[in-house]
Amino acid sequence: MGTASTNPNVNYLTEFSGIKSWLFSLDHKRIGLMYMIAILFFFLVGGIMAMLIRLELFSPGPTLFSADTYNQVLTYHGAIMVFMVIVPGIPAILGNFFLPLQIGAADVAFPRLNLASWYVFMFGAILAFTTLFTTKIDTGWTFYTPYSIKTGTAVITIVLAAFIMGMSSILTGLNFIVTTHKLRAPGMSMFDMPLFVWSLYSTAIIQVIATPVLGITLLLLVAERVLGIGIFDPKLGGDPVLFQHFFWFYSHPAVYIMILPAMGIISELISAFSRKTIFGYKAIAFSSLGIAAVSFIVWGHHMFVSGQSEIAGVIFSFITMLVGVPTAIKMFNWLATLYKGSVSFESPMLYALGFLFLFAIGGVTGIMLATLGVDVHFHDTYFVVAHFHYVMVGGTLMAIMGGFYYWFPKMFGKMYNEGLARLTFVLIFIGFNVTFFPQFILGAMGMPRRYFDYIPAYESLNKISTIGSWMIAAGFFLALYVIIRGIISGPKAPANPWGAKTLEWQTSSPPPHFNFDKKPTVTGGPYDY
Amino acid sequence: MSEHHVMPLKTYFKVAGGLVLLTILTVVFHEMKMGALAGPVAFLIAAVKASLVLLYFMHLKYDNMTNRVIFGSGFFFLILLFAFSYVDIWTRIKSFSTL
Repeated sequence: MGTASTNPNVNYLTEFSGIKSWLFSLDHKRIGLMYMIAILFFFLVGGIMAMLIRLELFSPGPTLFSADTYNQVLTYHGAIMVFMVIVPGIPAILGNFFLPLQIGAADVAFPRLNLASWYVFMFGAILAFTTLFTTKIDTGWTFYTPYSIKTGTAVITIVLAAFIMGMSSILTGLNFIVTTHKLRAPGMSMFDMPLFVWSLYSTAIIQVIATPVLGITLLLLVAERVLGIGIFDPKLGGDPVLFQHFFWFYSHPAVYIMILPAMGIISELISAFSRKTIFGYKAIAFSSLGIAAVSFIVWGHHMFVSGQSEIAGVIFSFITMLVGVPTAIKMFNWLATLYKGSVSFESPMLYALGFLFLFAIGGVTGIMLATLGVDVHFHDTYFVVAHFHYVMVGGTLMAIMGGFYYWFPKMFGKMYNEGLARLTFVLIFIGFNVTFFPQFILGAMGMPRRYFDYIPAYESLNKISTIGSWMIAAGFFLALYVIIRGIISGPKAPANPWGAKTLEWQTSSPPPHFNFDKKPTVTGGPYDY
Repeated sequence: MSEHHVMPLKTYFKVAGGLVLLTILTVVFHEMKMGALAGPVAFLIAAVKASLVLLYFMHLKYDNMTNRVIFGSGFFFLILLFAFSYVDIWTRIKSFSTL
């Protein structure tokens, strides 16, 4: 590590220099940026895969590549986007950067563990990448048995990679829970914390409790392949559906690992750009915990047509409806915050409003799919693909973009071009709807998901969907340009460009190495406008 | 965190002996071919063994209540996983069941 400067104008970006000062940094902000660089790269690769999938589906029959290659590209897209982009995205980048700042702490509770999490994540990600691009993986990101036991591809290595990345997720979650409990600024009670912190806290609980189950499940899969222990193989007395139980016990809560922090960002944005105290603070905070709790007992809705018993199906269908309650509490509280607020439409707010619109569609179609009788027909059609993209992309990615534009001045001390940033929203928002709304119709018409080919009746809607994907790509490349241009030549950002009230805006932009020159004392709530 | 508790070496050996005995018991019950009871019995013995490790080797017995609650919540979610999975397996139409 380099030497600390005595210049009062230095910040976390300039205080130390050299590649070692980054690779061995214990500063949560620098670690957050290292995650950002890695995850942006994975997002680019996963995005290219998505474009290839849409290009292949532009017309029926082989367009770009063979059916086998299509299966692999589909697996690359799913595995990269889920395990390397959306699950770690918000907690690892924005959570690492802003959790300590928002609670007035100098760093996370365990800085070394934080750096270790990054290395563990990178090791898992590199292993996954090497496996994906040097061997053939065609199981999809879910690794369902019995196919994943029988297929000759490198399932073991990719599963181990997912296991290692899961370990990183657990360490990050553990760090965040301890940080939230132990390092809050004097005077800050749990109910004085910003709602983004509440959402990260709820997410961390899921990360710590659910991820080990994924780890054990994946190891059992390896044991099944190598030793033939007979847990999932029917020939040995095992049950392939049991794999799905274990897998979704983690992977459904994982959906909330993706969306809960996104909801936290939306709470920040809506309050800041409405210039108004958030409506129903405690209701939003508790609804995060409520979503985290309910998320553990709804996994069977992924298995309605798997061979799971009808009684289990009915129970899971009923419980799944409950998720709608805390989610709706959040939606109504956000809308109530907007009501009579001084709403301004800067780019972060546009993304927040886009989130409300798209997530409402994703959520309501989720309730449709939770209905047992309906899901039997929609299962494994493009309706499901459209639904989860509305939640994961329309929800999480919109929030990431909004949060990134919101906190960009704090992270880099620069402002970006607001006009171009708004244009990115227009391109991504319209492109997203053009891409995925037709897929609801395709699903309702019966087009199955994951298929390489389709009948001519589906062609026109597939063409529209592919054209939409080009708009999304244009939006993201423009966003990359806006960010790079902002970092290189953007005007200097003030400490608090949005006039927001949370603690991270009370320090300079970018913050000093230990965040605050003087430990802040909290005397009011985070949204006292 | 509560004060650091030093346990006599004798206790560790007693617990280790108990773990070995329970392992032997697992093998004995396996050999008895207990049919449908085999799974629950094996799980029960494994749970007792895990509890002994947590209580004595990991000092949970002498730890404060918060840490016990955190450990307990882990078990609670494990029970949820098992309970719902069993609801599925036990209520399947038997002629189609693989179990």
